[in-house]
Amino acid sequence: MLEIARRFRRDGLNPVEHVRHILKEAHDDKLNVFISIDDEGALASAEKAEQRIRNGDEGTLLGIPIAVKDNICTKGIRTTCASNILSNFVPPYDAHVVERLKQRGCVIIGKTNMDEFAMGSTTATSNIGPSRNPWNIDKTPGGSSGGSAAAVAAGLCAGALGSDTGGSIRQPASFCGVTGLKPTYGSVSRFGLVAFASSLDQIGPIARTAMDVAVLYDAIKGYDPKDSTSVNKDYKVTSLDELDLKGLKIGIPPMFFGEGLNHEVEKAVREGISIFKELGAEVVEVKLPHIKYGVAVYYIVATAEASSNLARYDGVRYGWREENSRDLVDMYASTRSRGFNDEVKRRIMLGTYALSAGYYDQYYEKASRVRTLIIEDFKEAFKACDIIAGPTTPTPPFGIYDMLDDPLSLYLLDIYTVPANLAGLPALSIPCGFTTSGLPIGMQLMAPAFGEDLLLGAGITFQAHTSFHEERP
Amino acid sequence: MKVDLREVEHVSRLARIYLTDTEKSKFSAELSSILEYMDLLSEVDTTDVTPTVHTLSIINALRHDARKPSIPHDDALQNAPSESNGMFSVPKVIE
Amino acid sequence: MDYDVVIGLEVHIQLLTDTKIFCGCLTKFGDAPNTNVCPVCLGMPGVLPVLNEKVVDFGIKLGLATNSTISERNIFARKNYFYPDLPKGYQITQYDYPLCKKGFLEIDVDGGSKRIGITRIHMEEDAGKLIHDEKEDYSYVDFNRSGVPLLEIVSEPDMSSTKEAVAYLKELRQIVMYLGICDGNMEQGSFRCDANISVKPKGSSTYGIRTELKNMNSFRNVQNALEYEISRHVELIEQGKQVEQETRLWDAGLGVTRTMRTKEESHDYRYFPEPDLIPLIVDSVWIERVKKTLPELPREKRHRFAKDYGIPMYDAEVLTQQRDVADYFEACLKFIDAPKDVSNWIMTEVLRVLKEESIDITKFNVTPEMLANMIALIKKGVISGKIAKGVFEEMHRTGKAAYIIVEEKGLLQITDEGVLREKAKAILDSHPKEVKSYKDGKVQLLGFFVGQLMKETRGKANPKLANKVIKGLLEE
Repeated sequence: MLEIARRFRRDGLNPVEHVRHILKEAHDDKLNVFISIDDEGALASAEKAEQRIRNGDEGTLLGIPIAVKDNICTKGIRTTCASNILSNFVPPYDAHVVERLKQRGCVIIGKTNMDEFAMGSTTATSNIGPSRNPWNIDKTPGGSSGGSAAAVAAGLCAGALGSDTGGSIRQPASFCGVTGLKPTYGSVSRFGLVAFASSLDQIGPIARTAMDVAVLYDAIKGYDPKDSTSVNKDYKVTSLDELDLKGLKIGIPPMFFGEGLNHEVEKAVREGISIFKELGAEVVEVKLPHIKYGVAVYYIVATAEASSNLARYDGVRYGWREENSRDLVDMYASTRSRGFNDEVKRRIMLGTYALSAGYYDQYYEKASRVRTLIIEDFKEAFKACDIIAGPTTPTPPFGIYDMLDDPLSLYLLDIYTVPANLAGLPALSIPCGFTTSGLPIGMQLMAPAFGEDLLLGAGITFQAHTSFHEERP
Repeated sequence: MKVDLREVEHVSRLARIYLTDTEKSKFSAELSSILEYMDLLSEVDTTDVTPTVHTLSIINALRHDARKPSIPHDDALQNAPSESNGMFSVPKVIE
Repeated sequence: MDYDVVIGLEVHIQLLTDTKIFCGCLTKFGDAPNTNVCPVCLGMPGVLPVLNEKVVDFGIKLGLATNSTISERNIFARKNYFYPDLPKGYQITQYDYPLCKKGFLEIDVDGGSKRIGITRIHMEEDAGKLIHDEKEDYSYVDFNRSGVPLLEIVSEPDMSSTKEAVAYLKELRQIVMYLGICDGNMEQGSFRCDANISVKPKGSSTYGIRTELKNMNSFRNVQNALEYEISRHVELIEQGKQVEQETRLWDAGLGVTRTMRTKEESHDYRYFPEPDLIPLIVDSVWIERVKKTLPELPREKRHRFAKDYGIPMYDAEVLTQQRDVADYFEACLKFIDAPKDVSNWIMTEVLRVLKEESIDITKFNVTPEMLANMIALIKKGVISGKIAKGVFEEMHRTGKAAYIIVEEKGLLQITDEGVLREKAKAILDSHPKEVKSYKDGKVQLLGFFVGQLMKETRGKANPKLANKVIKGLLEE
């Protein structure tokens, strides 16, 4: 991204030509990455950007082609969440982050594929079918922001926006060999992000390098009065300089290297950590005793909130409606039954159950209490270290249809990513190696709330001394 | 089964989702195994632990009672599956 | 057998804020359907609520006016259910943490007073409006009302008769109107009431099974519905049958209540904390700030009027019905110390004109000073009460002061005995037959002669003097 910005000004790369080229690639794409491509809008903003660049405007993001996950609302452009129920929905508003990108002169190429309503980690639940991993088309790019991560890896955009409720930015970034940030809850406005689980959702950037991620993060972060959970504070521009890692304490929770961790992933991540050590960081062990409950807590809280967030899809005001219905109740139920795929139904059912009379205390309330203990674990851990490191996912990318029949096993793979969402913490996934069959592996770094500077600084430093992020599929 | 067919039916009614008999059995099995896993939480002592709703410590996000423009009527209805006389129409509601 | 009646009321009031509770759309009533709407109040995907601080101010106001404890920590909750007028599939409301708790208000019934407990007052959003067409297979939804702020006021089951229930509602309605937080319009639904009612044998310590009543949009409907329901319960009990716990609708046309949903059909609302809104903390500074804006409440004012101005309780009730009328009354008294005269004029002429012509008293042509000056003219005998009515109409029509109208129209009362005597003589001369009858003993004809004199003077003759003059001439 920074590279393209430089070439626009030094090497005579023409923004309109570049976008035209990207659009062509996007239309030819075999990875099923885009749900919608906005040729007209993209070219129009590329032309505007070209004008501004010619007039000496130094804005880094001017003319930069960006892909946006299809659960982030774009005015006048279909926003479907990869669901039949929203297949024809055209928002009359832009998400706050989209407004911000447009102000910076970004070129929005199109809307990327995802798991339906961001519920999944493969994009296999998308109503347009799964996206494919550019490193191996039989493998999943991960999810739910699989389209965004694959688009970045395949060079179909310079950067992308995803959303992360339980790992949906970091896991696909890891699977596609790119860098992805799940920001601190409250640092990026959720206005215009179609809600999955409101207390966990956060929009974040995906790009090749930590530096590019930092530039995109700077563009989207900040207070937005339209989102009550947006934190009003002084947001500083992220430094793109390398950090002096001497004395930086990296915490390693043994639990992150326990049962179920693929040995190739373990090896790559441990090697990544030793690179940090060579750069002067100190490794300490930290305990996160309640982390093992993360997945259980997550799937109760997330599905409970989702069951309510998805109640608005009733075929009354927008979206798809089953026309042949006997009466109102029938219209609701047939619309929703045919409008949602299995995974979404499963989660709505689970969440509805967890909130229903007689079960609320046992599930939702209990999970909300254990969530508190997980948050306290992190507070305690960050007294002993600056950053927590570990694998982003327990396995390398798996086959596209491998896990579909076993929801629980698939849920359990979120073990390393859900804690950051439950605690509202920022977390970064950076490429740290490859399997022997050439599939990317990612390492996750977590920091205390609003510790993005530190995470990105560590990522930038790591990437200055490694070349995993430079590999191309 | 932790979640029997009767409960699956009850929950699907609450969620306004039709399920076929096959789906009912499938969901009954799946939800049961997921919820059994979640019973893991019962081993945690949460006495005197406050439930978390927000990870944030901010309070009082308020706006002044000041008008912001509504959206044009046509925009409000542009996505409507069915409309009539400027209103959204739905199958008759019987009270 | 005798029975005890137990009634609790749930009142929803629409607040007089300019904009909705969670978005900047206007709360205006009566605009074209779906014109005061935006993505937030239409429940579109991805949009978020932001709380209108005035709703909190209004809630605190009502809390203070009803002697409630204002909660420091407020959490909003989602109430989940499906209905076409509910855009998000849930209503944002307060559940475990309402804004106000443990209040009460005093009502005046049967010459005594009674304290009715208020369990809680909480903030929530209104739903849209469903329009049904009898002839069609469709219903239509207008979301202009969606997101209009509401306060729900839940009473304790402290009322033991329909009379008390209606008195409570009237008192509450008057309070919210005094506070300027609700227009109190029951027909348009800005002041809505549901009732919980049960009946038990007199003195029994266990409550009867209760039913919930909905759809009562006037005081009369509340009264009739409650009375109907009480006798229905009593009848069932006396027949040895069970009252079913259920929600019933009042059908004002047929004058009956009927089942809307049974206990089995009751909703499972799956309340949980609203993750899109953060905690609302109301501190003492905020409460103090609102306290300073509280007006004198209707009941206090009512009792003060009766006591301080020595007017009958009935007058005090009428005058304090609306805060602006009470203010008008007191403003008049600044110009004339005649509370009962002022009260009479307001209760009859002023309120009549305002009602007939739907005028707001604050925009009334006849200012308190003008009314007071006119009453002063009567008291000084410058004009008669009868003439004054015409003067009052003229003041209202033209905005001119009473004395100017009196002068311009020559309406000064004739108090010159000589002038009246001359006119009276002429009348007697032209009615010899009647004069003879009078002298023959038909003394009731005096009224006839006085009437003729009044007519002759176009009402300006001082009535007492006219009487005296006629009588004097006839008996000469």
